[in-house]
Amino acid sequence: MSNIPDDLSYTKEHEWVAGLDDSTTVTIGITAFAAESLGDVVFVQLPEVGSTVEPGDSVGEVESTKSVNEIYSPVGGEVTEVNQSVVDDPGLVNSDPYGEGWMFKVRVEGDPEDLLSPEEYTALTSGDS
Amino acid sequence: MSRPTPLRDVHESLGATLTDFAGWLMPLRYGSESAEHRAVREAAGLFDLSHMGEIFLTGPQAGEALDYALVGHLSALAPGRARYTMIVNERGGVLDDLIVYRLGDEEFMVVANASNYQKVAAELRERAKPYDAVVEDRSDRYALIAVQGPRAQEILATLTDADLDGLKYYAGLPGQVDGRQALIARTGYTGEDGFELFVANQDAVPLWHAIAAAGEPHGLRPAGLSSRDTLRLEAGMPLYGNELSAELTPFDAGLGRVVKFDKPGDFVGRSALEAVKDDPPRRRLVGLVARNRRVPRHGYPVTKDGVVVGEVTSGAPSQTLGKPIAMAYVDTGAESGLAVDIRGSHEPMDLVELPFYRRNK
Repeated sequence: MSNIPDDLSYTKEHEWVAGLDDSTTVTIGITAFAAESLGDVVFVQLPEVGSTVEPGDSVGEVESTKSVNEIYSPVGGEVTEVNQSVVDDPGLVNSDPYGEGWMFKVRVEGDPEDLLSPEEYTALTSGDS
Repeated sequence: MSRPTPLRDVHESLGATLTDFAGWLMPLRYGSESAEHRAVREAAGLFDLSHMGEIFLTGPQAGEALDYALVGHLSALAPGRARYTMIVNERGGVLDDLIVYRLGDEEFMVVANASNYQKVAAELRERAKPYDAVVEDRSDRYALIAVQGPRAQEILATLTDADLDGLKYYAGLPGQVDGRQALIARTGYTGEDGFELFVANQDAVPLWHAIAAAGEPHGLRPAGLSSRDTLRLEAGMPLYGNELSAELTPFDAGLGRVVKFDKPGDFVGRSALEAVKDDPPRRRLVGLVARNRRVPRHGYPVTKDGVVVGEVTSGAPSQTLGKPIAMAYVDTGAESGLAVDIRGSHEPMDLVELPFYRRNK
């Protein structure tokens, strides 16, 4: 099955959030499960640096050969950085979804959406949640 | 429940992503669909197409029955040859696009799309009633394996004594492949040279393994429906449900040449098609190449100066062009300044004539 790191938080929309516990700025990407389901990613659109997002907002898009999916922000706050490398080389989402394929960073304000633990996300993706 | 093909276990052992397609459980891709696409363009790909329908017409008037049932002149087909044709309704609307193989003087095989073959079989049975011909849907008995790509012939040649050199494009002959009886046809849906092998269900797995082994040193890869779709799109080939539908005639789709008005006798749809054959087309099927990286997809509006002038029928990122491409019906006269409304963003498109890709022969 897909790789699900145990030090991240997850959403039902198959995104991961890193740094939630020990930093006010979190990093967000899509999971290996999502990347495998999409197939080869060919286009990524990310939010603008400096924009303000609310939890659950649609802030971008991931397109693969066969489909297009929205990127939602799991947290509210200000977008502080986006990964230009993944815009230039969308294949990074497939090859390294938790590393080079990260998407954007948000300085968190307020409470995040309900996030899933690695165990809960594992259950979700194996269909017995 | 989706029906599995005889090759289901093979697909699972290869780690395929399986998907429901027209009621069948089919491999979407095995690994990267882009790599599968490139393999077919540069070497060869191996496809399971067992979801396609095989309907046989046999008897002294099988050819005449097909002449009445379809828009093509099939009784004029020489044994061993194949034709691309269509079945239409009384209004001239396309019920399916087909390939018809003449296997003998009194034997034809009609290959129909997975989503349509039961409808096609029922129509053929009805339309053949006045003729001395028997219609039999043998789809459940046959598996279909395709080897497509510039190296397809040399791969297949290691497994058969059949005269592949002498086998023309759109021809088929019975032969042994790896010791198994097959109809070997030089047809395909990828824009490449290649072969389609119709075999009995029980021969599908061993034949797949034999071809995979023979092809490995030549760069052959198993290829799924995802790459099949991007390959056929680059080749400008229509897909039923996208470019073709019962609401469109063959003329609407720019495929009026398949309608053979000069064949003898009446055929279903003749009067409706004769009435429209000289009408100036309101829209025509064209190619669009995106200037940016967003992908136009099926159903998206084509616009010019903000006004809708057409609709995308198929779209995907093109490996060969390195840009997103699409087929679309666009109003006659709207040639430039086109865009596709991609979820609210009007992305500029260049109009090109189809196909996007043509192999070097």
